[in-house]
Amino acid sequence: MGLKSKDLLGMKQLTAEEIMEILDTAKTMKLVISSANKKTSHLQGKSVVTLFYENSTRTRLSFELASKYMGSASANISTSGSSVNKGESLLDTARTIDMMGTDIIIMRHNQSGAPHFIAPYLKASVVNAGDGMNEHPTQALLDMLTMYERFDKFEGKKIAICGDIYHSRVVRSNAIGLSKLGAQVSVYGPKTMMPTGIEKMGVRISDSVADCVKDADAVMGLRVQLERQQKSLFPSVAEYAHFYAITPEMLALAKPDAFLMHPGPCNHGVELPTAVYDCDQSVINEQVTNGVAVRMAVLYLLMARRNNL
Amino acid sequence: MRIILTNCKVFGNDKADKVYIEDGKFANEFAEDKADRVIDLKGAMVTPGLVDMHCHLREPGGEYKETIATGTASAAKGGYTSICCMPNTNPTADNAAVISGIMKKAKEADNCRVYPIGAATKGISGDQIAEMGLMKEAGIVAVSDDGHPIKNAGIMRKVMEYSSDFDLPVLNHCEDPSLSEGAMNEGEVSTSIGIRGIPTAAEDIMIARDIILSEYLNIPVHICHVSTKGGVRMIREAKARGVKVTAETCPHYFTLTDDMCETYDTNFKMHPPLRTEEHKQAIIEGLKDGTLDAIATDNAPHHADEKVCEFSVALNGILGFETAFALGYTYLVKTGEISLEKLIDLMCYGPSKILKLGRGGMNVGDDADLAVFDLDHEFTFEKDKMLSKSRNTPYDGWKLYGETILTIMGGKVTYEKLC
Repeated sequence: MGLKSKDLLGMKQLTAEEIMEILDTAKTMKLVISSANKKTSHLQGKSVVTLFYENSTRTRLSFELASKYMGSASANISTSGSSVNKGESLLDTARTIDMMGTDIIIMRHNQSGAPHFIAPYLKASVVNAGDGMNEHPTQALLDMLTMYERFDKFEGKKIAICGDIYHSRVVRSNAIGLSKLGAQVSVYGPKTMMPTGIEKMGVRISDSVADCVKDADAVMGLRVQLERQQKSLFPSVAEYAHFYAITPEMLALAKPDAFLMHPGPCNHGVELPTAVYDCDQSVINEQVTNGVAVRMAVLYLLMARRNNL
Repeated sequence: MRIILTNCKVFGNDKADKVYIEDGKFANEFAEDKADRVIDLKGAMVTPGLVDMHCHLREPGGEYKETIATGTASAAKGGYTSICCMPNTNPTADNAAVISGIMKKAKEADNCRVYPIGAATKGISGDQIAEMGLMKEAGIVAVSDDGHPIKNAGIMRKVMEYSSDFDLPVLNHCEDPSLSEGAMNEGEVSTSIGIRGIPTAAEDIMIARDIILSEYLNIPVHICHVSTKGGVRMIREAKARGVKVTAETCPHYFTLTDDMCETYDTNFKMHPPLRTEEHKQAIIEGLKDGTLDAIATDNAPHHADEKVCEFSVALNGILGFETAFALGYTYLVKTGEISLEKLIDLMCYGPSKILKLGRGGMNVGDDADLAVFDLDHEFTFEKDKMLSKSRNTPYDGWKLYGETILTIMGGKVTYEKLC
């Protein structure tokens, strides 16, 4: 039991078996979250530190709660209020945390590859909580858990993802993870937000939102950063919403029992109309709960590996 | 000082097995007992000293990365006897005083002939042309804003016109800055690892522009470190039309590809970025058919602090002096792509001709600039044995042929492998 590697850097580094082990463990962990006494002893006597170089609500809080529910000593550092503001390098900061006896460092960083860079220098396990435009593995895992609760298997399932594909680490992690389990991922977004060669990651590039979501088993919207307008990636919110949003009409093209996901935070009225966000098919709020469960599973399995060494 | 090299092969002279040097020049035969040194080369190949038309020595201003003394020692270890250093120093080498300072330091170190390249525009800012004439009097052999493409076509035109008054070649780093904000080649690898990509179009567009300007003005232009298939094709076509365009590439563009960035190893990060196999093959074709005139190193030392960091934060550039010949020999000559004669043309005569340096002669009376390479034995390149102050090379541990045994510049031994 446990993960093969010291660190969880991305879905690229996980095997299909490891992904399934995480998802099965997360199902069990979810019972803890819904129980009256949210306490296990899996991480008792262990320490977990979150190191976030970017803003976060869901990811950071869910990691913190996950580690606390399992009894670890946990602490967090943000870039404001730490020596990072004094210009300390990432590596020096990470080593400093490591030398305080930390077992697991959970890091979000605006640079792709930042966790891959520090991990070999540290005794602690590094969990990637989002690195630049590269990966966000625990988001993909929670998305997959949300699907897994509704499908018995991933093989042959069709997942549609619409929005800013270029900048999305959520897309990359989902594309890699879902492909490993045999699902077919279709993506669509404005050409200005479609990265070159994304089809080489095993996804299908669609011609339109309609083409992307047609007959899908699950539909995922993505946050479009409104600042991207200044870089001429789209001309206006109104135009984006008109041509690229997942409207009720678009969602109706998916399979009747399809469900709608979004990693959050959502720009209401841009990538999703509020009516869609709140519709019966929406599982966006449940994704949040699953985020805690999946992170408990990841911390548990990383610690199981550490304990076995 | 009289030196005799014995038991050697001599480039361009199949019959010779000895080289005589007297008072800094290649000399006629003299008796061994008159020599100050007789060096047994054990069958190694004596070639003309190599010429690098594109490198960075970092002094003044970047002495924590490299100094003129350490950089030229590193060049000598690579078999170079003449090198041309780019002006992106601090202060910028955009005036005669800085150029004179570089020349003085180079003379003191005396490891290599150093031919500085002056900035094309003041502060390499791309705005106003620099004092090219005064810098030429101080010793520059060309002008360039290397590292900072001259993005304004109007300024590029003026740079070309004004520099031609002083017979100074213009060397341009071709990348359209509006397309090159990334950190590696744009393609499936950059997409997969989430690094912002630089399209080959960024380079091709500026190469096209410079060819058009050169043809229109009938003034030569030299394209630095070509890395793309499109660039090679356009230069080939332009040359066929008689446009006065010349071009160089670097060893990394015919030995490395963008997939090597997959582990975020910053030693594979440079501008222009490493491309795909298709482009690498096009570069090799360009070297074979004469489209590319020179192999330059773009030797770019960086301190560990600037490379041991996040990929997109790391500075661009790799060391080149100490691996260039061996990479060329191993990956172009031993593979049968080109002859040794062609390699020496690309690494000595070609760049010497573009910059009118008059280097590479091995006749009696010519300056005794030479390099000796062991072409027969494989060696392992080890970065910890480099003479550069920096260590930013991706070639550590590579097995290569063509290790430098000896370098002589003007009759002085500037590098000697102790064995």
